[in-house]
Amino acid sequence: MPQVYFDHASTTPISSVALESFIEQSKLVGNPSSLHSYGRLARKKVEESRESLANLIGCHSSEIIFTSSGTEANNLAIKGILWHRKREDPKRKLILISSFEHHAVLDPSLWLAESGQAEILMIDVNQDGYIDLEQMETVIKERHEEIALISVMHSNNEVGTIQPIKEISKLAETYKIPLHSDAVQSLGKVNLSFKELGLFAMTVSAHKVGGPVGVAALVLKKGVDITPLIHGGGQERDIRSGTINAAAIASFVSATSSAMRDMESNYQKIFALRAKLIATIQGQVSDVRLNSPLEGEILPGIANIEFPSTESDSMLLLFDAEGIACSTGSACSAGVQEASHVLLAMGRSQTQARSSLRFSLGISNTESEIEYLGACIRRVIDRARDAYRG
Amino acid sequence: MLTEVENTYMKLIAAMSGGVDSAVAAARASEAGHQVIGVHLALSKNPKKYRSGARGCCTIEDSHDARRAADVIGIPFYIWDMSDEFHENVVENFLSEYAAGNTPNPCLRCNEKIKFAAVLDRAKAMGFDGVVTGHYAQTKDVDGQRLLYRAIDSGKDQSYVLAVLNQEQLNGAHFPLGDTTKDNIRLEAKSRGLSVALKPDSHDICFVPSGDNAGWLRERLGSQVGDIVDEDGNKLGEHNGAYTFTIGQRRGLALSIPEKSGEPRYVLKVEPVNNRVIVGVKADLAIHEVSGLSPIWCGPRPSGENSGFIQVRAHGSAHSCKYFLDESGPLPELKAIVDQPIYGLATGQAMVIYDGDRVVGSATISGTK
Repeated sequence: MPQVYFDHASTTPISSVALESFIEQSKLVGNPSSLHSYGRLARKKVEESRESLANLIGCHSSEIIFTSSGTEANNLAIKGILWHRKREDPKRKLILISSFEHHAVLDPSLWLAESGQAEILMIDVNQDGYIDLEQMETVIKERHEEIALISVMHSNNEVGTIQPIKEISKLAETYKIPLHSDAVQSLGKVNLSFKELGLFAMTVSAHKVGGPVGVAALVLKKGVDITPLIHGGGQERDIRSGTINAAAIASFVSATSSAMRDMESNYQKIFALRAKLIATIQGQVSDVRLNSPLEGEILPGIANIEFPSTESDSMLLLFDAEGIACSTGSACSAGVQEASHVLLAMGRSQTQARSSLRFSLGISNTESEIEYLGACIRRVIDRARDAYRG
Repeated sequence: MLTEVENTYMKLIAAMSGGVDSAVAAARASEAGHQVIGVHLALSKNPKKYRSGARGCCTIEDSHDARRAADVIGIPFYIWDMSDEFHENVVENFLSEYAAGNTPNPCLRCNEKIKFAAVLDRAKAMGFDGVVTGHYAQTKDVDGQRLLYRAIDSGKDQSYVLAVLNQEQLNGAHFPLGDTTKDNIRLEAKSRGLSVALKPDSHDICFVPSGDNAGWLRERLGSQVGDIVDEDGNKLGEHNGAYTFTIGQRRGLALSIPEKSGEPRYVLKVEPVNNRVIVGVKADLAIHEVSGLSPIWCGPRPSGENSGFIQVRAHGSAHSCKYFLDESGPLPELKAIVDQPIYGLATGQAMVIYDGDRVVGSATISGTK
């Protein structure tokens, strides 16, 4: 049975250059913080990688703080900026985010609100998956003195829509409000420049771009200060502590470099595969509804599709049994599938959200894999509909 | 048994609670060559709200244990949200039955309405042939009919809570553990590298977090002071809700007026409508005839009067009896006349009839004499 991986937005295979880079660096001993020759060699690799990454994403190398995950970087941004801004002025306790942020932004914000440290305000998104800029502008104008930070994702991980960060950044700049953007899904797939976007902070992660799991970065505007989350050595500019992961960082940057070099051609190829995937599914199951826009400001590989009168967990099991991996919104800590908060924010009903699947394509996918999906999908959907509990 | 009965390989859903029994059952089914997918049933909307320890069947820890067992066995694993079905059919039923003065068995109800109904139906709709569980019971196919038998480990036998399964449900049910003792299942789990080998058995009612059934019922049904009276209606004491008492109960009455003979008193009757609990001596609890409604046959429907055994509690004794189906009234009734009296029997409990070790069928106790 063929094995088909349509879950690249969860994690994508490590690229050969990234793997080579990881192995090569892992063979060497030396803590980048040590002063001896071993340490210096490791430090050299880390700093070269930092400079390369800075060139790739349009920032200064001193603006990059390596972390262990995108989630950590998002937590550092949300909590670190809020705490620092509140210390400067206790009035600033409002966090402004979009209503369909990734849990790595949503949950720390909710935690801060629930623990009484912040107020959280979520800006609506429309049914196509784009933030309501007018509402954002109104809130900023009315409450700018209270706003500690704004955080809006660069592109949405479930439906693939790219948000108008530059416009938001202009609004934020008017009132000197820090703007953070979770750009984890965008890195290596679409143009991404920290400087051009006018951001205060930005999150990028390795394993969505062909690098290893366990390394990411928060890009933080030069000269600004935030409160650290993790203490114990201050290895990353006193903002983040922990032994610097030289092999993972080198591998992260190799993967990013490779992805950005081939970005245009990869975009075209993956976008064409996505179009074929959507057409194939529509051809087999006539009543599907697209949750992702067909074209426009979108990532090339994400297609979120509603299959009416099904439950997503049935479809996942049945696709998995056919060797096809795709995904659904999220699951609670016990593993129970929940209706996607992203789709609910986009105005879909609980039933619609529970009937939706995300297919996310990557560079390793092929047309024949989509044809295989086309051969299986009718059987999967028929059975999922037989099992539908309404 | 799974390997003996089936000649062809099947696609099966293994219901995995996170305990040792269902883990070994799934492993045996997989090892027998069947295509097995492990499924953990999420029975609570908020799993943290049920048990906090890893002893019930509703915690995050349990779902992790089940997932780990599936990984060790090498089968796919999913969580199925059955919380709505469970709440409606088991929890609500438990409450309404108690409120009506009956004593329901939620495990039996869960087997009847969830594991071998909602789960089995969903599995079949998705192209599976049946459901594997870690229950201690045996099935045998005789003359094209599937029959249900006790497990060989009499201490663990769970045929009582499975006696609500009809033929169609039994046809889709697979119990790979019925030929093995619990001790050996634990040894087997250890040898298979399953970390749940020594996990304590679940007990009590999985949706009552504290194990305090009376308190749980009081919280949901309210607490109303009522009288505890003797058979002549003389008030002997008070209680905080008739539904928290069950017939045959001796403890928790807290009566200050002793019985004339000095004998201990037992609950004889619970009257939820007037919130009254009637007590008396043990001899008054003696039951000679049991009637049950909604009979279910786990094999051929019996005709005429037969000799067999009746069991009225999950791990209770089997009492020799004569049984027959009485169809003279508006509803058919399963009746059992016991050779020796049974004490302390509550309506709402299941009466299960055995022919030797074979389960003949069951009914919900509606009356006693």
